[in-house]
Amino acid sequence: MAGYIFRRILQAIPVLLGTTFLIYFMVFAMPGDPLLALFGDKTPNPALLERLRQEYHLDQPFIVQYFLYLGGIFRGDFGTSFSGEPVSAILARTFPVTIRLAIMALFIEFVGGVIIGLVSGLRKGKLFDASALVISLIFISLPIFVIAFVAQFIFGIQLGWARTTVSTGAPIQDLILPAFVLASITFAQIVRLTRSSVIETQSLDFVRTAYSKGLSRRRIIPVHILRNSLIPVVTYAATDFGVLLVGATVTEGIFNVPGVGRTLYQAIIRGEGPTVVSFVTVMVLIYLVVNLVVDLLYGLLDPRIRYVK
Amino acid sequence: MKIRRLGIGAIALAAASALALSGCASGSSDSSTGSSSAVITANGSEPQNPLIPTNTNETGGGRIIDSIFAGLEYYDATGAPQLDVAESIETDDSQTFTIKIKPDLTFTNGDPVDAQSFVDAWQYGALLSNEQLNSYFFEDIEGFSYDEDSPLTGLKVVDPTTFTVTLKEPRADFPLRLGYSAFYPLPKSAYDDMDAFGQNPIGNGPYKLASADAWQHNEKIDLVVNDEYKGGRKPANGGVTFVFYASQDAAYADLLGGNLDVLDAVPDSAFGTYESDLGDRAVNQPAAVFQSFTIPERLAHFGNDEEGKLRRAALSMAINRDEITDVIFQGTRTPASDFTSPVIDGWSDSLEGADVLKYNADEAKKLWAQADAISPWSGTFQIAYNADGGHQGWVDAVSNSIKNTLGIDASGAPYPTFAEQRTAITDRSIQTAFRTGWQADYPGLFNFLGPLYATNASSNDGDYSNPDFDALLQAGSKTTDTEEANGDFQKAQEILLKDLPAIPLWYSNVTGGYSESVSDVDFGWNSVPLYYAVTKS
Amino acid sequence: MSNNTPSPNHFVAPLEETPLVAIDAVKVGERPSNLWIDAWRDMRRRPMFWISAAIIVLIVIVALFPTLFTQIDPRECILSRSNGAPTATNILGFNKQGCDVFSRIVHGTSTSLSVGIIVIILTTVLGVLFGMFAGYYGGWLDSVLSRAGDIFFSIPYILAAVVIMSVFSAYRNVFIISLAIGIFAWPATARVLRAEILRVKNADFVMAAQALGVSRFRILLRHVLPNSIAPVIVVTTISLGAAIVAEATLSFLGVGLPNSTMSWGNDISAAQTDLRTAPQTLIYPSIALSITVLSFIMLGEVVRDALDPKARAQR
Repeated sequence: MAGYIFRRILQAIPVLLGTTFLIYFMVFAMPGDPLLALFGDKTPNPALLERLRQEYHLDQPFIVQYFLYLGGIFRGDFGTSFSGEPVSAILARTFPVTIRLAIMALFIEFVGGVIIGLVSGLRKGKLFDASALVISLIFISLPIFVIAFVAQFIFGIQLGWARTTVSTGAPIQDLILPAFVLASITFAQIVRLTRSSVIETQSLDFVRTAYSKGLSRRRIIPVHILRNSLIPVVTYAATDFGVLLVGATVTEGIFNVPGVGRTLYQAIIRGEGPTVVSFVTVMVLIYLVVNLVVDLLYGLLDPRIRYVK
Repeated sequence: MKIRRLGIGAIALAAASALALSGCASGSSDSSTGSSSAVITANGSEPQNPLIPTNTNETGGGRIIDSIFAGLEYYDATGAPQLDVAESIETDDSQTFTIKIKPDLTFTNGDPVDAQSFVDAWQYGALLSNEQLNSYFFEDIEGFSYDEDSPLTGLKVVDPTTFTVTLKEPRADFPLRLGYSAFYPLPKSAYDDMDAFGQNPIGNGPYKLASADAWQHNEKIDLVVNDEYKGGRKPANGGVTFVFYASQDAAYADLLGGNLDVLDAVPDSAFGTYESDLGDRAVNQPAAVFQSFTIPERLAHFGNDEEGKLRRAALSMAINRDEITDVIFQGTRTPASDFTSPVIDGWSDSLEGADVLKYNADEAKKLWAQADAISPWSGTFQIAYNADGGHQGWVDAVSNSIKNTLGIDASGAPYPTFAEQRTAITDRSIQTAFRTGWQADYPGLFNFLGPLYATNASSNDGDYSNPDFDALLQAGSKTTDTEEANGDFQKAQEILLKDLPAIPLWYSNVTGGYSESVSDVDFGWNSVPLYYAVTKS
Repeated sequence: MSNNTPSPNHFVAPLEETPLVAIDAVKVGERPSNLWIDAWRDMRRRPMFWISAAIIVLIVIVALFPTLFTQIDPRECILSRSNGAPTATNILGFNKQGCDVFSRIVHGTSTSLSVGIIVIILTTVLGVLFGMFAGYYGGWLDSVLSRAGDIFFSIPYILAAVVIMSVFSAYRNVFIISLAIGIFAWPATARVLRAEILRVKNADFVMAAQALGVSRFRILLRHVLPNSIAPVIVVTTISLGAAIVAEATLSFLGVGLPNSTMSWGNDISAAQTDLRTAPQTLIYPSIALSITVLSFIMLGEVVRDALDPKARAQR
């Protein structure tokens, strides 16, 4: 077990090198000169532009820029944004907020999705199942902007149940509404996956055996059916955690959450290489850890799955 | 100028953002009825650069800089300059200016606000190696160089409260420019560590940072009243908290939800509803923002000749500006009748040839047919825009208007980022017409014309050149008589209306609103609220 | 095992030396790919299959021959009709630019459906290949494939899309945009399949097949994969909708298809700003999207049921 975990941690090194290289290359390949945008509609004079290029090493070939950045990381220097703030400081203030939000959203979509998916699966083809499908469809077909906007308008402005945007420090109670909105994106997937898995598990021999042994539904459903249905659901939810970390751009914008999504989006659009790469690096690390945890969880959910040879 | 804040996902940030310049002539500051200690909350956005006056060229930082610094003058709500730190600004020839400043003024750390503090700040801002984004503001001062480090030899300190400025050539509107933030003074302590200063600036304005860590990145900045400030912008409230929003939708929701006092930008998703949402607390008035699209002369069929002029005029008359501003913008834009803005002194809606900006389908078709007789048209007329700025709606509407009137194919051509569009425009690789916008740095006609259409001017993206236009601009710049100068600038615009280097579309209005707990909310000429005048109960 | 000359090197006789070969051969000859044939026999007895198939066929016909369904030019946009109410000829009214909503939905079908289907084919093929081998063979192959997936998955979608669409800016067509959407979405499918294979590969019937000496690859294809595919079908059918919406996002970012191309996604994203004043312009294209996704979910459901022999046996 320990050996397996150690191997997985070692694997992070090539993954990180590969990702940073790929991302840096993509930012480099983005068309347009990011420094020109700093001047708005005004064309800067060439001498000033040249000096700024040198300052941000943008006059160097791609591979030199990349190694300068990589060298900085080993010295604990993640570079600076155009606004003069160290990227490490930006990381330190945005990731805690977004991780909090992502965990809340994940919790909501997982618990809600699994419960609804379980009931749908157990009552396949019944009214509840059909209603769950219709609700899922609504969430699938509406863009997140619309869901966020409507949620903010109804619960924030008209009913006043929640603060319209997240206040300073991003306290938990302000994050509840955005977390629900974020959860709605993947809610449908979790419901459908759980449902499908439950239907399949229900017909397996051990469930039939349990029924024939006379065990109560109250025991069979959580212990035998649910636990054995969770593997695809947990896997999908884990991949979604990554999406929640960086993909919450629109939701973070509408609820003014000072998190990763909107910061990263702006950095991408503004072509700030070091900021983008640093964010993605942290994101990959989190992603690797989450996937490792999920892989270990498989063993708990299904004892037949083992990695240690 | 004019840096566009970035839209987030679906949310377009409508108005071009620019430097905030505060001023007060409304007189409401002294007649306040509310509590003078209540802190108002207003929308802002994370400053994109350190808070150094000569390096701040967008609204996010601009509104903070203008609140915590005081320059020689400030602009009142009408855009007229009022003396702030200066006691007098005098000149005989519009080339050499003698500036006297009020005695015994200090920065909040005790450093004196004297002639030296201005001269040093300007020298710092102009020096190439300091890489200040606003350095071009000093280009007319003797000694300025874009290509090498060169001190401004035109600046001379006469005594602690007097200094002189010598320009390379006469510029009658130079005193008008002095309210812009690039001309603010800096305390001595700033030069020790400019990076640290940029995070925690020390100023001499109506407000100061509440504490050393008042700037909470990406969240807000807390400003409190600076009791040392003695100028005309005396705060009627206890301070301002600028909450940084990444989207206007969030700010608008906070205004409706009671979490925000003053809002200066209504999102386009609320254009249809904000007036009913806010009632008489809704604000919609013209501002110093001019929108157009530029057709470079190098494009086939659009050269500086008979055919080009016919096609430009036909396109201009094919656009139903009234309908588009009404339907797409719900009245938050005002159709253009010249190349400047109605809030600027000298603006006119009755220039000779301004008919070309009126929708006239028959005339447009006729002119287009005449041009076709010279050289037949084929292909699609495209207008490029940056997709991160929320322009798609009006570009589509303008394209459709052209298409329906002239019977040609017309469409928008989006660039994903502002940087990419600017690059294509700057290196002249763009092969279509493109969106252009201009928000004035200071309230003068020249600022809308010189940088954009003078031969080889820095922002002359369409490479327009007309000696007659250049001559009128020169004449207007030299004369000290404002009436005469504005007359020259109006004649210069009449040439533009014939040549149409850019097709004027409309002026962006300032749209905003405020909560029930505040009053005396006025907006300055530059679309930024006069925060110091706002009272809160 | 009645083999009278067992090889001294094998505890289990090699396949070609056992009578199993003959048994296998006979079975293959009689009923090739029995699982799929069984599934087909099961499916065609179910009304839900025919209903969903009929809707999909209808949508495909709309996509191929839009002019059969509307005579109105979707590009004729007159601003004075902005957000106008339905009329006898314009049955769903007009959008903000004054174009006919129904006609735009009909003409947008082809783009939206193509993007959706190409993307799910792409993500499914890549996801199944990576997930299948990673989960089944494990070890270093799992490490390499899974970590490759991690790299792809951690690249921000917007960045990737902007770069790909800018590099291919001269060829902005349905295939390129589907590539930009799909190339970074497959790791989710791969991970779900991998997890399911990890579970299934220890099942009794797999061990039975192993004991019978069936080759590992054959077990994977014939036994493990069909029994692990259900979650992939679920994820894929829902992703169809997500892909259609993603196309809208890319258009919105200025890296989508040319403005003149019509798609549901474009119309949905353009209608967002009028949410409070003209919600109908948003709702109609969303309904078209919902119906398409629903029919694919229903079809996926039938296929999933048909592939699950135990669920079949229960009926």
